Amino acid sequence: MEAAMDLMRRMPPGSAETALNALLSLLPDHSLDLLSQVDLPLQVCMDKESLKEYILCEYNRDADSYRSPWSNKYEPPLEDGTVPSQEMRNLEIEANEVFSVYRDQYYEGGISSVYIWEDEDNGFIACFLIKKDGQGKRGYMQIGSWDAIHVIQVGPEEEGAAHYCLNSTVMLSLTTDNKRSGTFNLSGSIRRQMSMTLAVADGHLVNMGKMIEEMEGKLRNSLDQVYFGKTREMVCTLRPPPEVLNMRLPDS
Amino acid sequence: MSDGGGTGEPLSDRQKREIAVWFLSNAPAGEIHYVAKDVRALLGDDAVYEAAAAEAFPEYNKTHLVPLELPDRSGDIIITTYGELDKNNYLDPRTAQVATVDHIKQTCTKLRPAEDEELPSAYIEEFRSALDVELSKYVAEAYPKGVCAVYCTSGKDTEGPGADFSFAVVISASKRSPQNFCNGSWRSIWTMEFNYELQFVEIKGKIQVDAHYFEEGNVQLDTNIDRKDSTIMQSPDDCAVSITNIIRHHESEYFSSLEESYFNLSDATFKDLRRKLPVTRTLFPWHNTLALSLTRDLAKELALGK
Repeated sequence: MEAAMDLMRRMPPGSAETALNALLSLLPDHSLDLLSQVDLPLQVCMDKESLKEYILCEYNRDADSYRSPWSNKYEPPLEDGTVPSQEMRNLEIEANEVFSVYRDQYYEGGISSVYIWEDEDNGFIACFLIKKDGQGKRGYMQIGSWDAIHVIQVGPEEEGAAHYCLNSTVMLSLTTDNKRSGTFNLSGSIRRQMSMTLAVADGHLVNMGKMIEEMEGKLRNSLDQVYFGKTREMVCTLRPPPEVLNMRLPDS
Repeated sequence: MSDGGGTGEPLSDRQKREIAVWFLSNAPAGEIHYVAKDVRALLGDDAVYEAAAAEAFPEYNKTHLVPLELPDRSGDIIITTYGELDKNNYLDPRTAQVATVDHIKQTCTKLRPAEDEELPSAYIEEFRSALDVELSKYVAEAYPKGVCAVYCTSGKDTEGPGADFSFAVVISASKRSPQNFCNGSWRSIWTMEFNYELQFVEIKGKIQVDAHYFEEGNVQLDTNIDRKDSTIMQSPDDCAVSITNIIRHHESEYFSSLEESYFNLSDATFKDLRRKLPVTRTLFPWHNTLALSLTRDLAKELALGK
């Protein structure tokens, strides 16, 4: 598994799916581990009842069907597909509604889905997904995508507080292609963890939402500053910018 | 959850080798040895691994224009199809030597002077070496870790003016920094056709820049561009200067356009995907939406109660 994960951080992010399939066929006994540790760009499906799109992932899959967070039904239809308890389903409905508003304010578009189900010892797990694709309206990006996966494990409530453990992954891909600058593709994924014990007085959704908002801010910042900064630094190490360019930088 | 990919059918050795070759050929610049170690561990079958390595390494070394130090320490030889005499023997046109290479270890094992028939005529060599001198000056000043070579790719036996010939210029600069989780490479290949009748040199280039950063993640830059230009045919020295100027011009222009792409990226492009702050310019009001949806629930219940 160690070698498999090392390969995943070296293969081109755009070929993650091919790489994962190759690993799955080499290591059939580790398929569960691989599927849970390797994140792939998210897929989308249409809920035929509400005509709203939802995101597919391991957390809403049963056999070959995926459950819609809007209608709670599986597509392709599944007779006895697992559904969350009524309590969890109520939280899930609310979370989907609120998270759509959050997503719209930050992403100005895109698709989001939240899936919630019971965990052992009275806790629960919530998975928040966002997918944003497409051409930018500011005109530079030709193909871009941002896929965020947030999985929160919420412990049982004890003395009015609960423990929240958040694992987040953002996968990003940006491509521009034009005559002047050729093909430019910058893509990658990063993963971070955050744990907190918080009072439940305001409700789980407020706590989870705030953690995700903070985490997304951090991930966006790391991608922008550290990761893209590092690859740019690398380009400048390979070919140092001429003095002229250095002088020009401050006012550009 | 089902077991996903495992179909139960064990892979044949051929399928395993194909997968191994795929992983090796997709290794980022400077990382094939790390990938090889992983692949070897995953396969658990040395024979299959050796076969895959023997297939993948030579191709990888050629596409990545891997420079190897010559055994006599007189410089580096670039592994490229332009210098390839056979699978393990490569010509270094600058020192007129042929190096035998070990593709998997990425070392030169032997060195011999090139035979006359492996080298261009004196007439062609005059053009080639003049360009090599000019180009080396440019590469030394532009790329701290850069190496370059000029190969004659056709018409090498031309004895004097009157016939066409062509060259390939290869520039390779790489930086390995595994302790900082960062590697990168700049590769350019320029080909030029010297047309005697038109007294014209047609120049085509392809530049490729890659960078990989992988501390707690995997971020890769992958860029390339094709360029075209031309100049008039002159004396070997004047040709060398004008061709080098053309290459310098295109490569610095490309470098600036990369810088520009980065600026646009963090400014506009990133914002198109996800804003730093919501449209409202304040953090998301989690408390309020909750209140909102609660009142809506209440309204629903009241409506139901009617």
